[in-house]
Amino acid sequence: MMQTQDIQAIRDIIRRAKRWDAFFGVLGILALMVGVLTFMTLFVDMAIQGMGRIDANFFTNFPSRRAEHAGILSAWVGTLLVMLVTGLAAVPLGVAAGVYLEEYAPKNWLTDVIEINITNLAGVPSIVYGLLALGLFVYQFGFGQSILSAGLTLALLILPVVIVATREAIRAIPQIIREGSYACGATTWQTVKDHILPYSSAGILTGVIIGMARAIGETAPIITIGALTFIAFLPPLPFTGVPPAGLLDWLFAPFTVMPIQMFNWTSRPEAAFQTNAAAAGFILVLMTLAMNGTAIWLRYRLRKNITW
Amino acid sequence: MNNATASNASAHANLAIKAECRNFGFHYGDFQALKDINMPVYDKKVTALIGPSGCGKSTLLRSFNRMHDLYPGNRYQGEIIMQPDNTNLLAQEVDPIEVRMRISMVFQKPNPFPKSIFENVAYSLRVRGMTNKSELEDRVQHSLKGAALWNEVKHRLNDLGANLSGGQQQRLCIARALAADPEIILFDEPTSALDPIATASIEELITELKEKVTILIVTHNMQQAARISDFTAYMYIGELVEFGVTDQVFVKPQKKQTEDYITGRFG
Ligand SMILES: Nc1ncnc2c1ncn2[C@@H]1O[C@H](COP(=O)(O)OP(=O)(O)OP(=O)(O)O)[C@@H](O)[C@H]1O
Ligand SMILES: [Mg+2]
Repeated sequence: MMQTQDIQAIRDIIRRAKRWDAFFGVLGILALMVGVLTFMTLFVDMAIQGMGRIDANFFTNFPSRRAEHAGILSAWVGTLLVMLVTGLAAVPLGVAAGVYLEEYAPKNWLTDVIEINITNLAGVPSIVYGLLALGLFVYQFGFGQSILSAGLTLALLILPVVIVATREAIRAIPQIIREGSYACGATTWQTVKDHILPYSSAGILTGVIIGMARAIGETAPIITIGALTFIAFLPPLPFTGVPPAGLLDWLFAPFTVMPIQMFNWTSRPEAAFQTNAAAAGFILVLMTLAMNGTAIWLRYRLRKNITW
Repeated sequence: MNNATASNASAHANLAIKAECRNFGFHYGDFQALKDINMPVYDKKVTALIGPSGCGKSTLLRSFNRMHDLYPGNRYQGEIIMQPDNTNLLAQEVDPIEVRMRISMVFQKPNPFPKSIFENVAYSLRVRGMTNKSELEDRVQHSLKGAALWNEVKHRLNDLGANLSGGQQQRLCIARALAADPEIILFDEPTSALDPIATASIEELITELKEKVTILIVTHNMQQAARISDFTAYMYIGELVEFGVTDQVFVKPQKKQTEDYITGRFG
C-alpha cells in the first residue's frame, strides 16, 4: 500500500539521520576521554609510584639528604600558610572590587578601561607576577623572601579570578530583587550588605576556592621571589621560642611550598627521590581535589535556600 | 465606594490631593517616554493608570519613587509635588531614599527576598534602623494582618518567602510595603502573574488599604480598574489623554480614544 511505503520512507530518513547522532555521540565521548583519561593515567601512575612512600613520617619529617627520611613537613605547612595569606588578601580585595564594579561604578569609559584591564590581568603569565612581587613586596616593601611576600603574590595572581567570580555571582541576582530592596528605602550599602553579598556568597566562595586551587600549584612566581628549596625548620609559632616570637612573625619567615619541594626532588638523580616527588605530587593533587570538592559542597549548601 | 461620582474636576475640590504631576515629563536617554503630564493623585483613593502596552504607565509609576534614579541616563522634567509638605519629589536636593521611605512599591512579579517570611516584612523596618525585637515582631504581625496573610503564615514565619504560593508571595510583598507605614503605595500590575482567586483577594485587599493609604495602580485589566479604582487615568504614547472619576471614564468617557480603548476596539 501507498501509505505504508510512505511510513517506510520516513523511517529510513530518520534512521539515516540518527546515524550521525551516534557518530557525534561517540566522537564527543572520545574527546572527553582524551582529557579525563590522560589526567587519570597521570594521577594513578603517580599514586602507584608514590603510595608506598606515604606514611605518617612523610608528613612530619623535614626534607633530608637521605630520601627515605625526607618528608614534606615544611612544604605542606608552608603551602597552608601561604594559602592563608593569599585567601585573606585576595577575598576582601577581589570582592570589594567586584562589588564596586557591579553596584557602584558609573558606566563610563574609565570603568570600561578598568574592566578590560582586569580581563587582561587574568592572562598575564604568572612569572611576571613573580617579577613584580620581587621588586615590590620583597625589596620595596621590605617583606623579604617570606610567606607574606608569597601569599600576596599569589593573591595578586588570583585577584582577577575572584573579581570575575564575584561579578558573575552578583549578576546572577535578578534586578527585581535589587529594585525590591531600593524600593524599601535601602541605601546602596544596605542593599549590598543585606542582599547582594549574602545571595552571591556561594558563587564568590566557589570562585575563591577555584582560584586558590590554581594558586596552590603555582611554582614560577614563588621561585622568582626566592622561596628556599631546602628548609628544615618551621615558621615560628606565635609566643613560642626564645625569645618568644610575636603574633605575626611567621609571616616574615622563609618557607617552601609543595610544588617547589616536588620540583627539587624531581631534579635529583636518585630513584628514591623520584618516588618522594610522586608521593608529594599525589598529596598536592588530593589537596586541590579537596578544595574543589569543598567548593561544590559549599555552593550546594549556600544555594539551597536561595530561589528567586 | 463612597467616592464622589461627579464628573468634572471642580467636584473633586472637597478631596485632598496627596500628590500631583505638574508638566511632568520623562526621558530614557534621548527617548522621551512621557510628556507634559498634569494629574492629581487624591488622598486615600485608588487611582488606576490604564492604556495600551508601552504607553508609559510603568514609567510614570516608577517616577513617583524615583526608581529611575537607579539607572544612568534617565531624566525627569517638571514636578511631582507631594502633600501636605508641598515637596517636589523630583527636586535634586530631595534624596530618593527619603522619597522611597514615604512611597512604597509592589511589583508586577512577586519579588520576595530569599529570606524568611518574617525577615521579608521586617526588612522595611530594618532599613529604618529598627532593631528592637518585640517592636519588630509587633510591626511585622500588624503588617501581615494588614496584607491578609497573617493567618496563613503565623505558624511558619521562619519559612522562606519563596515557599509561599504566588498570591501569598504578592501579599507578602504588600506586607513588606505596608510595614514602612507609607503615605502612598505604587502597584505595577500586581495581579498579572496571579490566578483569578489570588487576584480577587489582592483586589479586596487594595480596597481595604485605601482607608489608610493612597494607592496608585497600573493595570491592564479594565474590569479590575473599574472594580477597585476611584479615579482612572488613560494614557497613550507618553501622554495623559483623560483623567477622571472611574465611573465617569468608563461609562461616559470624554475622548473617543478612551472609549475605543475601554471597549476593546484597540489596545
Ligand atoms: N529602560 C528603558 N530604556 C529605554 N526605553 C524604555 C525603558 N523602559 C521603557 N522604555 C520605553 O518607554 C516606553 C514606556 O514604557 P513603559 O514600560 O512605561 O510602558 P507600560 O505602559 O508600562 O507598558 P506595559 O503595559 O507593557 O507594561 C516604551 O516605549 C518603552 O519601550
Ligand atoms: Mg509596565
